Amino acid sequence: MNQQPKFTPKKDVRVDWQLIADMIEPKSRVLDVGCDDGQLLAHLMDTKDVDGRGIELSQHGVNICVANGLSVVQGNADTDLIYYPDGGFDYAILSQTLQATYQPHVVLEQLLRVGRRAIVSFPNFANWRCRYYLALKGRMPMTSALDVPWYETPNIHFCTLRDFTALCDQMGLTIEKSVIVNSAGKVMTQSHTGPIANLLGAECIFMLSRS
Amino acid sequence: MSQSPEHIEIQSVLLGNDTPLPLDCGTSISDFNMAYCTYGTLNAEKSNAILICHALTGDQFAASRQPVTGKNGWWEAMIGAGKVLDTDKYFIVCSNVLGGCMGTTGPKDIDPKTGEPYGLNFPIITIGDMVRAQARLQDYLEIDSWFSVIGGSMGGMQALQWASAYPERCFSAIPIACAPRHSAQNIAFHEVGRQAVMADPNWQGGDYYASENKPTSGLAVARMAAHVTYLSEAALHRKFGRNLQDRDNLTYGFDADFQVESYLRYQGINFVDRFDANSYLYITRAMDYFDLAQDHGGSLSKAFDNTKTRFCSVSFSSDWLFPTAENRDIVHALIAAAANVSFVEVETDKGHDAFLLETPELFKTVQGFLQSTAKSRGLTT
Repeated sequence: MNQQPKFTPKKDVRVDWQLIADMIEPKSRVLDVGCDDGQLLAHLMDTKDVDGRGIELSQHGVNICVANGLSVVQGNADTDLIYYPDGGFDYAILSQTLQATYQPHVVLEQLLRVGRRAIVSFPNFANWRCRYYLALKGRMPMTSALDVPWYETPNIHFCTLRDFTALCDQMGLTIEKSVIVNSAGKVMTQSHTGPIANLLGAECIFMLSRS
Repeated sequence: MSQSPEHIEIQSVLLGNDTPLPLDCGTSISDFNMAYCTYGTLNAEKSNAILICHALTGDQFAASRQPVTGKNGWWEAMIGAGKVLDTDKYFIVCSNVLGGCMGTTGPKDIDPKTGEPYGLNFPIITIGDMVRAQARLQDYLEIDSWFSVIGGSMGGMQALQWASAYPERCFSAIPIACAPRHSAQNIAFHEVGRQAVMADPNWQGGDYYASENKPTSGLAVARMAAHVTYLSEAALHRKFGRNLQDRDNLTYGFDADFQVESYLRYQGINFVDRFDANSYLYITRAMDYFDLAQDHGGSLSKAFDNTKTRFCSVSFSSDWLFPTAENRDIVHALIAAAANVSFVEVETDKGHDAFLLETPELFKTVQGFLQSTAKSRGLTT
């Protein structure tokens, strides 16, 4: 079982939280997979009045969540989603956790089994800063969002925006909504399918369903 | 000075005099006493009552001086004004279980049919029976629904049984360091204990109450064996290592050379003053028989079908009596039943006993859970 802590970006880059909240219908049932210390879950409960549940790997994170009154179970995205019933949630969220899973495609399948929709956010490895790092410095990229050196990072399956959409195609998933955020934290107007988005996009947020 | 349990004034209520309590073994029991302690005040809506379920060798004195030992209540760390189970806010009820020996009817009490102590004529009881008896106490206290039912070890089994058997009478449940069924290994340990009791010549087929000699040696050995399972290697090592007791050299004999031996002997001897050997047999049996999934066609999640009860489960990383994996089985079944459940494995080297000790992570978890549950029940004070 993966006992590593999951990648925790700095708070000031969590622009994805509000964007995820914007995608969610009020009063829906939400499962936040890899919910860390529960801040997104608490935000969704406060602003959208959702019935929120969480899964988190780290004892520290779960303790904070439960001590703050959130319904969170200590568990692993790779192995524990199987225990959840089909369609038990309106939304299954995987925020900044996909790249730390062992089998991202299996996790995506599971998200869309337990949730009618899945909302997935992840850092785009094709972002120009990453390309610059690798192309010019010849080093594994480190940015403000990816601030851990390669030997310490729990991230094991980085992907680019294009890789992700290709996987969605391959799995027959429907991209219902997409929001791409640049390095400055601004939402981009470009379509997620364009090369500009793949070059300048830093954070990607997708809402998926299975048609 | 310790008193014998027979001579202690205990708060209790006679139940089952109009309707006998049906038991899982097929018989029923009428006119049974339920002994209990309460702490705090029941609010006008009767919505702040918490039932504390004690473990195998516990009793109702969860937060008050145990009359036999004179020691503090077994959960004093948890219960009290401003504590996790805040007596300024909640009304805490802790009863002695059916089959126990601290005032609730058990094998040492008089069988009204014979005028003699029950001894082995006491019916075999189960966790389900214990909970059914507690439900009668709940009726007597005129509490429609416990705000929470909380317990560790066998107390956790009762909390699970409560949530399964009486979901509408149990707003939330906190099963700690327990399992949905007693494992083969645990049954094996219990059997060692029971055989120790029954091998004591003073046990006399369970009919020792009129005798001067009680099966204290057997019961002490049973307690010693059980006590080892409550600790962890790390906790034992930290506490005692291989340190010698009151001596500099080995005696090359069978005295208690090591501190750990001396400690276990103390635990064993101390126990026989406050516990009845037959009660030990009956209560260990009740735990052995516990299998919540089997009671529901082999499906644990069926035990919690459509439950509205909110759950918070806690396990301890060094607990090898009720390991985290068994606590997780409960959590997975609750998830499958779409229950509202939280689960934390607390990192500790204190073993199974961690639920009785000062364990800050446990306290924070339970406190946070109760606070949010209180909010959803509209408990304001």
